[in-house]
Amino acid sequence: MDFSFLFQSISPLTISDLFHQFAPLTITGLALGAIYGLIALGYTMVYGVLQLINFAHSEVFMFGTFAVAWVVVFFHGTSSTSQGLFSTLGLLAICLVAAMLTSAAIALLVERVAYRPLIRKGAPKLIILIAAIGASFSLSEIMGLRDQIVGWFGLKDNLSNYVSQARNVYSSPITIDPHGLFSIGNYRVTDVDLLTIGAAIVMMAFLDQFVRRTRLGRGIRSVAQDPESAALMGVNATRVVQVTFLIGGLMAGAAATLYMIRIGTTRQNAGFIFGVKAFTAAVMGGIGNLRGALLGGLVLGVAENWGAALFGTNWKDVVAFVLLVLILLVRPTGILGESLGKARA
Amino acid sequence: MLLEVQGLCVNYGHIEAIRDISFGVEQGEITALIGANGAGKTTTLKTISGLRKVRRGKIVFDGKDITHAPTYERVKMGISQSPEGRGVFPGMTVRENLDMGAYARTDRKTAAYQQDLERVFQLFPRLEERVNQAGGTLSGGEQQMLAIGRALMARPRLVLLDEPSMGLAPRLIQQIFSIITEINDQGTTVLLVEQNASQALRRAHQAHVLETGEIVRSGTGAELSGDESVKAAYLGGDL
Repeated sequence: MDFSFLFQSISPLTISDLFHQFAPLTITGLALGAIYGLIALGYTMVYGVLQLINFAHSEVFMFGTFAVAWVVVFFHGTSSTSQGLFSTLGLLAICLVAAMLTSAAIALLVERVAYRPLIRKGAPKLIILIAAIGASFSLSEIMGLRDQIVGWFGLKDNLSNYVSQARNVYSSPITIDPHGLFSIGNYRVTDVDLLTIGAAIVMMAFLDQFVRRTRLGRGIRSVAQDPESAALMGVNATRVVQVTFLIGGLMAGAAATLYMIRIGTTRQNAGFIFGVKAFTAAVMGGIGNLRGALLGGLVLGVAENWGAALFGTNWKDVVAFVLLVLILLVRPTGILGESLGKARA
Repeated sequence: MLLEVQGLCVNYGHIEAIRDISFGVEQGEITALIGANGAGKTTTLKTISGLRKVRRGKIVFDGKDITHAPTYERVKMGISQSPEGRGVFPGMTVRENLDMGAYARTDRKTAAYQQDLERVFQLFPRLEERVNQAGGTLSGGEQQMLAIGRALMARPRLVLLDEPSMGLAPRLIQQIFSIITEINDQGTTVLLVEQNASQALRRAHQAHVLETGEIVRSGTGAELSGDESVKAAYLGGDL
């Protein structure tokens, strides 16, 4: 076999590029990875408690991105402007709340409709996974049909700003201009970078403490470690599962806000790629492990950026998934390995 | 009668695990269920806790029908269990495990809670020594102590103990059984499932013998200890 094609894109120029671009690639990779990590928390928590992958989590995130876009249109109108981060902080705070609430509501809906009835009936895991995939498609298509749906209620004119061209890319009318704050190497770190990475770390720390220190957090860990024993302690497993979906939804909503600040556009299938990446991040860090989810996200984001610089943008997903396979070959349970249950944290 | 089990039938798929079992647990007493492996003892306890579905029959606790109540409701009413295989949370410290025992209580910040914690440490000084160690790293005997201590942290009215002596060294078995008597003396009603029939019968006020899902003999602990067929089947004939 001739693999020389793999290296054709590596010329001395691109390697020196990588060297030259090391700081910007790493920092923007971390910022991207922080978003992956926040979404990954939802996958990893649901897995920890139910040993099931919530395939609909990508749509939970996607609804959050639309909530952000809608809030911006609602308060700002549709005239496109470009503004700095600080002049829009108030608006972004409202966006954050709206996105977290929207994503949490969708997550709770998925739990109530696709999971709880099947769990109660003792359905096999495969059936529940398929129900989750069904929920994922349904939610994505509902978003894709939103202009028709408001048409049925005669609201098309009132809501046209929010629903027009439902299957197309939907852009937030405000694009955020990042401002450089200080330099690392030859890269000016921007306020948007700091906000993204900082927000992810703060959320992570908060969640970590919640799971470790509070009564409800202990309830979540107990169900993850031994559901039957947890029931004997008086833990209401249904409530714990609900809280787990709720937290996953809140984190996905926060991720959606950061995503819209960074990327600015969304569409009805925007969740898919980010969902797959976030799930990869969760597996990479050790599925069921909260800190692992964030670490996996950061590693994945950086790896993608380095891969894109080395081999070209088309290869960045290949690099990311090859890295996943390599990590799993060495550590089959992921970088940090432990499950939510076993983790002391 | 604190707990009444009436005509209880429980299935695993098509297999009848217990058939038409009836017995009662008197307030303040130790009641023992003895019998061989697979006789249905553990199933009976799990059903009383609500972990198994009842096919027929009734469970009444303190005058209330709890046959279909969810497990967490039963814990709130005062039924706690130290399960078979101990069910210690491996990734939680001893202290966190004990806190889990009190999950259903609303008075976790009060002096009463501290008292109960001290009482558990008094019964099992070993647990106090290991209070910050992860449950999964304890020895089998220590895990058994933790499981019983955790069940007591619920401040239960009825505590269900499933094979508390399983896998323990003989000296430790003696110790666990005297602690069970002590717990009972302090006012907690005990329903005990044991394969170690001689110890169980010595400690129990009332006892029932289970065979293939049915109660075949009932009586006081002393009566059953003297029963020839019980001696032959469960006591090795030389008590």
